[in-house]
Amino acid sequence: MRGFPYLFLVLALLPGGCGSDLPAPTADSEPQTLTVFAAASLTDAFTEIGKNFESANPGLTVTFNFAGSQALRTQIEEGAPADIFASANKTEMDTLVTSAHVQQGIPQIFLNNKLVVILPANNSAGLSKLEDLAEPGIKLVLAAEEVPVGKYTRQALEQMSDQFGSDFKDKVLANVVSNEDNVKQVVAKVQLDEADAGIVYTSDSVAAPELKTIEIPNELNVIAEYPIAPLVNSANVDLATAFINYLLSPDGQSVLRKWGFAPPE
Amino acid sequence: MAQVAGESSRDFLNLMNKLKSFSDAKWMFILPGIFLLALFLLPLLALLVRSINDDFFTYALSEQAFKALRLSLITSTITTGGAVMFGTPLAYILARWRFRFKSWVELLIDLPIVLPPSVAGLALLIAFGRRGLFGSMLNVVGISLPFTTAAVVLAQTFVAAPLYVRSARIGFTEIDEQLEEAAHVEGANQWQLFWEVMFPLAGRALLSGAILTWTRALGEFGATILFAGNLEGVTQTMPMAIYLGFERNLGIALSLSVVLIIVSVFLLMLTKRLEKRERD
Repeated sequence: MRGFPYLFLVLALLPGGCGSDLPAPTADSEPQTLTVFAAASLTDAFTEIGKNFESANPGLTVTFNFAGSQALRTQIEEGAPADIFASANKTEMDTLVTSAHVQQGIPQIFLNNKLVVILPANNSAGLSKLEDLAEPGIKLVLAAEEVPVGKYTRQALEQMSDQFGSDFKDKVLANVVSNEDNVKQVVAKVQLDEADAGIVYTSDSVAAPELKTIEIPNELNVIAEYPIAPLVNSANVDLATAFINYLLSPDGQSVLRKWGFAPPE
Repeated sequence: MAQVAGESSRDFLNLMNKLKSFSDAKWMFILPGIFLLALFLLPLLALLVRSINDDFFTYALSEQAFKALRLSLITSTITTGGAVMFGTPLAYILARWRFRFKSWVELLIDLPIVLPPSVAGLALLIAFGRRGLFGSMLNVVGISLPFTTAAVVLAQTFVAAPLYVRSARIGFTEIDEQLEEAAHVEGANQWQLFWEVMFPLAGRALLSGAILTWTRALGEFGATILFAGNLEGVTQTMPMAIYLGFERNLGIALSLSVVLIIVSVFLLMLTKRLEKRERD
């Protein structure tokens, strides 16, 4: 019984005690890690590009943090260790430039993305054209207004209202059953056939080939420009720059195109 | 441990004993305790400090915050009510009856507690979604659960009700079986026995179980976002509004977090008081 309290103390001190005994990694054999914070819509493309970049650079590990661009921006502002930030919109990148996490003039647009309507494979609601989105009673899942793709979606609906009638946007928004926190959730809800339609990036529809799509013509669409930049606090600026150059190279761009992204204009 | 023996003065010996018992026992409890308490306190403190800014009240008193808080309070209260209504008989059965596969039933009740909420949300969607294993049957009669307030309650019940059942079962188990026998001899039937003997005697365990379920339901997030989605006023609970606020503006997330903390503290204090009255 007497020894019992000691056990608590030993346990409480254990992590600290162990940590100091670990050998420090030697400089020459040190494996390098590149940490990329990237918008959720880049998940598939960047995962593939990361693997390519790793095999081109032996000893290098590329780790990704995929999330909504705002969440990533906040994490970076709060001191999360990252080497590269790839945002789904310019707003978040500009914010980081203002707060001096990214150097002025460094961010570059590395791809364009646009919106598309996705439908479940069986399309049980029988939707065939954009106007059908205003059909009362259909279940529509959008990305929340707070995330870039949700903002673009509402801009596109605004533009469609000019063509399909001034109340088009309101009618469509009345059909919304959920504002998902990221674009992959919109895809998932449509894949599971819980929603009759969703609006996502073309890149997301490419990643889910079983879904049906309704194209949104360019004049009604919103073209999203994705900026990328190394972070000022990165310990691997050279590697980060190399990764960005790879993205902009024909090899990198062909992977991006494969996943449904368009090259920057 | 070496004792200071022999000719030393009594005072010195006393002092040493005091010091020894002090270092032996008290600090062995206090230090690890403080370590853990600091881990609980510091993040909450940081949240409070960071939330103090000009916009606090703009965000905290916004319509979105109000709707989300109201939905959270309503759904978590319904969840708790449901857990008590359906969970109390179940807990009683588990505490007093012996039957085959009982340990499997107990495992089933414990499982949602250890499952990550994302698994719970996915499972609910696959089961009760529009095209789900059972949801497709409901869909035939015109009931579609996902994206409804009912889905929020179901998600909360799935993750939070087991806490009540566990607590209630322990409460019933601890009641002296002789009391029951005595009541039985007096001629009480099973129903009277439950209502007039067991229920009052297990009161405290039931109450603390209900509080646990209530607060867990209030904080439910992972299963809800997967199964119920996010729509202001319908399925957007407080944790969801906080998460989306984080996507838009840290200030919103901070302000709403503080509001939720204040409400939770208030609820906990209220229920502690009830618990105390129950005890007296």
